[in-house]
Amino acid sequence: MKININGKECIANEGDYVLQVARANDIFIPAICYLNDCSPTLACRMCMVEVDGKRSYACNTKVKDGMQVLSNTQELWDERNAIMQTYCINHPLQCGVCDKSGECELQNFTHKAKVDTQNHWIKEIDRRHKDWGLLQYDPSLCIVCERCITVCKDKIGDNELKTTARGGDAPDKDFKDTMGKDAYAVWTKFQKSLISPQNDKSLECQECGECVSVCPTGALINKNFQYRSNAWELTRIPASNPHSSDCELLYYDIKQKSIKDNSKMIYRVSNDFHFTTLNKAARFAYDITSDCKGKDTAEFNRLVLLFKENKIKNVKFNSYITNEEAYILELLRAKFGFNLVNNEALCFQEFLKTFCSFAGSFYNASSEDVKKSDFIVIAGSFLRHDNPTLSYKVNNAIVMNKGAGLYFHPIKDTKLSKIAKNFVNVACDYGKEAKVLEFILQYFAKDLPQDLGYIKEAFYEEQIEVEVKSKDAEGNEIKEKQTQTIKKSSLAKELGFDEDKLKDLLLKKSNFTLIVGNDYFYHENAKYLAYLLANIQKSTDFKVMLIPPRTNTLGVSLICKLSKACDGFTMGYNERGDFSFSNDEHNNLASSSLIEQEGTFVNYDTRLVPTNAALSFKGYFLNDLANELGLNAKYTIDYTEQLPKDKGFLNIAFDDLTNYYDNAGNNHRGYLINTCEFVKNLNQELQIPQNQQLACECNKDDVVILANPVGNLSKYTNKSSFFNECASLYASKDYLAKHNLKENSMVKIYDDKDEIIIKVVLDKDIENGAYLPTFDDKINPYKFFKTRRYYALNIKEISHE
Amino acid sequence: MKKYYVVDEKRKLILTPYEKFIRSVKRCLNTDLISGLAFIINETFKRGNTATIKYPMEKIKLDNRYRAVHRLQRFIESETERCIGCGLCEKICISNCIRMETKLGEDGRKLVSNYSINLGRCIYCGFCAEVCPELAIVHGVEYENAAEQRAYFAHKKDILTPIDDLINQVEFEGSGSLRADADEFVKQTPNYYDVMKEREALIPNSNSSEEKTNKEAKDV
Repeated sequence: MKININGKECIANEGDYVLQVARANDIFIPAICYLNDCSPTLACRMCMVEVDGKRSYACNTKVKDGMQVLSNTQELWDERNAIMQTYCINHPLQCGVCDKSGECELQNFTHKAKVDTQNHWIKEIDRRHKDWGLLQYDPSLCIVCERCITVCKDKIGDNELKTTARGGDAPDKDFKDTMGKDAYAVWTKFQKSLISPQNDKSLECQECGECVSVCPTGALINKNFQYRSNAWELTRIPASNPHSSDCELLYYDIKQKSIKDNSKMIYRVSNDFHFTTLNKAARFAYDITSDCKGKDTAEFNRLVLLFKENKIKNVKFNSYITNEEAYILELLRAKFGFNLVNNEALCFQEFLKTFCSFAGSFYNASSEDVKKSDFIVIAGSFLRHDNPTLSYKVNNAIVMNKGAGLYFHPIKDTKLSKIAKNFVNVACDYGKEAKVLEFILQYFAKDLPQDLGYIKEAFYEEQIEVEVKSKDAEGNEIKEKQTQTIKKSSLAKELGFDEDKLKDLLLKKSNFTLIVGNDYFYHENAKYLAYLLANIQKSTDFKVMLIPPRTNTLGVSLICKLSKACDGFTMGYNERGDFSFSNDEHNNLASSSLIEQEGTFVNYDTRLVPTNAALSFKGYFLNDLANELGLNAKYTIDYTEQLPKDKGFLNIAFDDLTNYYDNAGNNHRGYLINTCEFVKNLNQELQIPQNQQLACECNKDDVVILANPVGNLSKYTNKSSFFNECASLYASKDYLAKHNLKENSMVKIYDDKDEIIIKVVLDKDIENGAYLPTFDDKINPYKFFKTRRYYALNIKEISHE
Repeated sequence: MKKYYVVDEKRKLILTPYEKFIRSVKRCLNTDLISGLAFIINETFKRGNTATIKYPMEKIKLDNRYRAVHRLQRFIESETERCIGCGLCEKICISNCIRMETKLGEDGRKLVSNYSINLGRCIYCGFCAEVCPELAIVHGVEYENAAEQRAYFAHKKDILTPIDDLINQVEFEGSGSLRADADEFVKQTPNYYDVMKEREALIPNSNSSEEKTNKEAKDV
């Protein structure tokens, strides 16, 4: 359909808002309160336009064919001028010290609307600063555009902010005649309300900092950045989130450290908040670089010699690594024949390969599909903890599309189940992962392969009493109770889920997505799960998405030939080994962190995205080692072009990759991996895996799962001064009660071989479980969790006597 | 007032020998020559009369508008620093020689923890003083900035008025300072509303409230 904005013909889709169409066509319509992918709040009224001669607001007017829109008439600008004037009433003139100065939207629009006089006044009220943990709120700078509330509700899902009474006087009625209607309405609203946390005192959210990012003025500000730098002094370096597999676009804002020290430092992380949301790790874990003084030639030569003499049998690494580095490791492996060891990526790789070979294609959902879907099933993932950014997208989809969903996890995440009434947490037991997928197949599949025939038969008969109305001989209505036999899924029963509920949830739903996470990849029954999942993708309406557990697990899985460790000398790249070439504290030779490197990642949308170096690194890069060992590339990014084509990479040079979202929100970051090519070149034997019956060995109350608290995703994020926590056992209230434990007491968790002594901490947002984090290098939880993500551990409080 | 004269190209030149003779006699007999000579002799033999100053013991007093090495001023009343750390001087500096460090102070205000000017780069254009909204950075009288190396820095501790010397701090009168009648240009702000209302309540039957507020504004 076509509409006409300011004389320009624009193509629009059914259901678009005028503002969206204008932005997509590079037509400027001012708007303060509107955020992309969020519901319009209509708080600022700056986006007023004339539609076919009538006044309306561009952010909530849906397009109609042949619409004539005017946004630039003098009359409209006069109104906007009046609105901007009301925002400036009693607004402190402290732009000189305000942190938003230079990037303040109030400043911008005040200039744009040409406000040069102030014709109104109102009595000043008490507006003291408020301390909200990491944030500071300054009511006097707040223009109550409600962007923070909107983003928290529609995107993040914490819903932690609300409007509250400001307690100011209502504007004088005389002004009603002298100023525009909208301006008066905006002013009245502005005098009445203010932002506050849900409980009026402090924020109890996951501290993602998105509200600060969207705030158009300096009302909400991060305390760590407050008064440290002006916006115009910072240099923006575009990069990708190095902490989780969303690899979202972010900017490192850098400047010199101090007057004495000219070296660069990251002052904050900012984002393009209309199109990307960052999690806490991405936003705050940026001060993680180690101080590398320079090149340690002696150790470097020792390492080169170790390689040359073929002493190295294993190279252990993790997936917090760029594609180029992974490719260098792969090339070295081919040359020297050592084992590439990365257990987490190996599990994912095997799962992916099994999945792809049975499905005949790669997983077919991306985060964009998640955002569009209205029915989402999450299985095998402790979503908010595993991948916060994806949980934002799920929340966004369910809130904006009036969607529904199922969340299969034994531990109830109260924040996630609060998203909507139609988002149901099914607390299925541990060990029933396969049943979840089988049930989905049973309920949704159109036709199943023969070897899954047993799923079709997994029904039982139940007798229920139904009231039947009938008429007796005299014509009176009588109610009779009859017993009826109905077929019900025995799988659903085993999962403890009422399948009748599903019918209500599925009303008017058309876009289905299934998200699968860590639990399945690390499972001892992973092959069978992958097989079931492949069938779901093939024979149901569900689009399937796997969440790669770490930043570049997907890239590593595509590029490297991984294997299990064998006996012998191990070089640890960013991991501990007999020789550690690592950015951890305990290393033989320092390596660069992801913030100091150029390169690319493959994110969960199977998109190759570039990242730039924010800071310089003085030590040796992996590329230096590779050059010494006979490879030849001046920079690490020379390998971007050479990434293997048969794995789906395109031969595009690093400098030709783009990294941005355009005004319409289209993704111009790197390129999509040609997944067909990857699947085509898979030489996987098609042997249908058997469902292993797992011995249910444990008392379910004792089960502890392996997960990190929200935001603190890895040992790298924990290096940051914002986290820097000691590992504790995070337990729900009922878990503490069941085991008779006190909050913050020391406990011993043990099985028959090992034990860990750790503090137990209450996590208010979960029910029915406990989790042990992996971010602390000093405590190794992996000695318990070998083949699965959950394990029954005994727990005992240590008395202080 | 006529400030220039048109040159009369057609004026008559004195060319006759008689006229030339008369002119030279007049010049010779005039006392101008003698009085000039007397002045020179007088000045030559005056005691302590010399144009040469004994630098560095003696220094010339510079004009207020001379732009020498910067000073950071304090408020005389509260003794606090005037600099609010807005960074405008840093931004406007065309030779890029100003750098400042700021942080959140303990009192919740922006604190300028250090400030530096690279005097080797500074071209003393005075933009920083001109742009400063607080009249915090001004030009001082310190013009001796020869150094052994090109980069020679003035840090905050060097240029900020020392507390014990606050009594000697003078209000800057050079470029960027306020004009003498600046007070008359101050507009009444909407915040003045409170004061105005209170006063109106005190003074009953105020007919010409407009005039009064203006007057009161000046008083405040």
